[in-house]
Amino acid sequence: MPPEGSVGTVSPKFERFDEPIVLKSGARLDAYQLAYETYGTLNAARSNAVLVCHALNASHHVAGVYADDPDNVGWWDNLIGPGKPLDTDRFFVVGVNNIGGCHGSTGPASVNPATGSPWGADFPVVTVEDWVEAQSRLATRLGIQRFAAVMGGSLGAMQALQWAISQPQRIGHAIVIAAAPKLSTQNIAFNEVARQAITTDPDFHGGNFYSHGVVPRRGLRIARMIGHITYLSDDAMAEKFGRELREGVFKFNFDVEFQVESYLRYQADKFAERFDANTYLRITKALDYFDPAAAFGGNLSTALDQAVAGFLVVSFTSDWRFTPARSREIVKALLDNGLDASYAEIAAPHGHDAFLMEDPRYHNLIRAYFANIDL
Amino acid sequence: MTAFDTPASLSGRSDFVAIAKWIKPDAKVLDLGCGDGSLLRFLKEARGVTGYGVEIDDTKLLACVKNRVNVLQNNLESGLSEFESNSFDYVILSQTLQAVRHTERIIRDMLRVGREAIVTFPNFGYWRHRLQILAGHMPVSGELPYEWYDTPNIHLFTIQDFENFCATHQVRILERVVMAEGRPVNFLPNLRGSLAVYRFDEGARRQA
Repeated sequence: MPPEGSVGTVSPKFERFDEPIVLKSGARLDAYQLAYETYGTLNAARSNAVLVCHALNASHHVAGVYADDPDNVGWWDNLIGPGKPLDTDRFFVVGVNNIGGCHGSTGPASVNPATGSPWGADFPVVTVEDWVEAQSRLATRLGIQRFAAVMGGSLGAMQALQWAISQPQRIGHAIVIAAAPKLSTQNIAFNEVARQAITTDPDFHGGNFYSHGVVPRRGLRIARMIGHITYLSDDAMAEKFGRELREGVFKFNFDVEFQVESYLRYQADKFAERFDANTYLRITKALDYFDPAAAFGGNLSTALDQAVAGFLVVSFTSDWRFTPARSREIVKALLDNGLDASYAEIAAPHGHDAFLMEDPRYHNLIRAYFANIDL
Repeated sequence: MTAFDTPASLSGRSDFVAIAKWIKPDAKVLDLGCGDGSLLRFLKEARGVTGYGVEIDDTKLLACVKNRVNVLQNNLESGLSEFESNSFDYVILSQTLQAVRHTERIIRDMLRVGREAIVTFPNFGYWRHRLQILAGHMPVSGELPYEWYDTPNIHLFTIQDFENFCATHQVRILERVVMAEGRPVNFLPNLRGSLAVYRFDEGARRQA
C-alpha cells in the first residue's frame, strides 16, 4: 500500500514524434521521443491538466514510485498527490522529461538514426523555448488544448514563464517558483565550472564517451558537488553538518573527515551513476541562454506583452542562487502588464532547494492558489 | 442587494463602504497593507476594480490568495520603488499610516504611483481617547485596540494634525469622511470622530 497522499505506483509512458522540430540553434531533430508520466484523470472538458516542468537534475518522475523501484520516489512527491497542494483528485498532472534529457526522452545518449551510434557530442544544444515547443506538442497529442497551469521551480519555473510568453493561449496560470528572468553572471560562472569539470575529464572523450565504455565520473561528481553547494544556504549546511568530524579527531590526511565531505561525495557518487554528462552540459547551457527579454531589447515587460496567464511567483529569502530580487524582476514585468499576479517571499532557511522542501507557508500557498483555479 | 448597500458590518470595516463610494468603476487600485484582502475583494465585487494588495505578513498573504486577491509580499517601509509612476488610479493605505515609520515618504510615494491616494486612520483626537488621556492612560478603543506596549502604531495623530500635514506638504484634500461607530460625523469631527477617511492628490503640483 502506498502511503496516504501518494499517487502510488506509476509507470513512465513514451510518445514518439515524427514531425521534425527546428531548435532555436537552427539545428533540427527529424524525430524524437518524450518520456512522461501522468497522475490523476483528465476531465471530460480537458480543462484540468497541469504541466510540471523539471529543473536541472530531475525528470518526468514527479510523483509516486515505480513498482520495481519502490525507493525511487518522484522528485516533487511532497507537493503532488491526492489531497496534496497540487491535488491529483482534482487535477490531471503531467511530468515530461525534456529533449536532451537522460531519462527516456531523446537525448545525447540516444541513437542518432543517421549514424546508428549514440549522438554524443553531435546532439544539438537545446533551449527552454525548444522544450516548451516539445511539451506543447505532447499536450496536443494528449488532447490538452490548454493547461490549467504550468508549474516549475528553478529552471522548471523558467519553462512556466516561457509558456506564458510563447503559448499564451494554452496556459491559464503560471506557477513560477525560485526563478529568475535570466541567469546572473555569477550563475553562469558556476555553470561554467561544472562544465569544465566534465569536459576536462579524460573519460569525457569530447562527448563521445559511450563508444569507449566509460563515463566521465570525476567531472560529473565535481559538477554535482559545486551545484549542490550553491543550492543550499550557508545556514542550512551549518545546521545539517556543522564542522562535525566522522571520527571525532583530525587525521591529518585527505580522506573523508568532515561530515559535509562525506555527504558531498555520497551525493556526487549517486549523481554520477544516473546522470548523463552530455545532458548536464546541455541543461546548464539552456539555463545560461534563457533570457526571454533579450528579443525585446532587454525589456521583460515587453516580452510578456502577449501573456494573459495568472501568475503565482514564489521566492525564498535564503536562496542566494536565484534571489528574491530576481523574482521581483518578474513580478514587476507582470505588474507592468496588469496581469493577475501574486508574489510570496518565503522566509525559509534551505536556500535554492527550499522549493523542494515541505514548508507549510509555501505549501499552503500553493494549495490555496490551485484551489482557486476554476476548471 | 448590491454590494453598495452592504452594511458596513458585512463588508468588515466601516471605512470600506466610504472608500468604495469614491472609487470609479473598473479603476486600478493598489492597496498598501491590505491585510487579508477583504477591502480589495469588496472593491472588486462592488466596483469591478483590478489591482494588487501589498502585505508583509505570511498568514495575511495566504488569506489574500484564498480571497482571490492579487497580493505581493513586500515591506512598505522599503518604499514603492517597484511600482511605476502613475500606474494606478488609486493607492489606498487603510488604517496603516499610523504604523508606518516614514510617513512623508509613503505619502509622497503614494501620490507618485497613484493619481489619487486614499488613507484611513484612527483619530487620536476622538473624545473617548481624550478622556482616557485625561484619566492618565494611553487610549484603547475599537480603532486603537492595542495596549501601549504591544501596539504597532508609532505615529498617532489627529484629524487636525493630518490636515496640517497636507497643508504643509502640497497635498490637496479632495474628500473627507469622518466616522464614529460606523456612522458619519459632520459636527466637531476632530472631537466626535473615531475614524477618518481622506481622498487626496498632489493638487497644484500635479497640474503644473
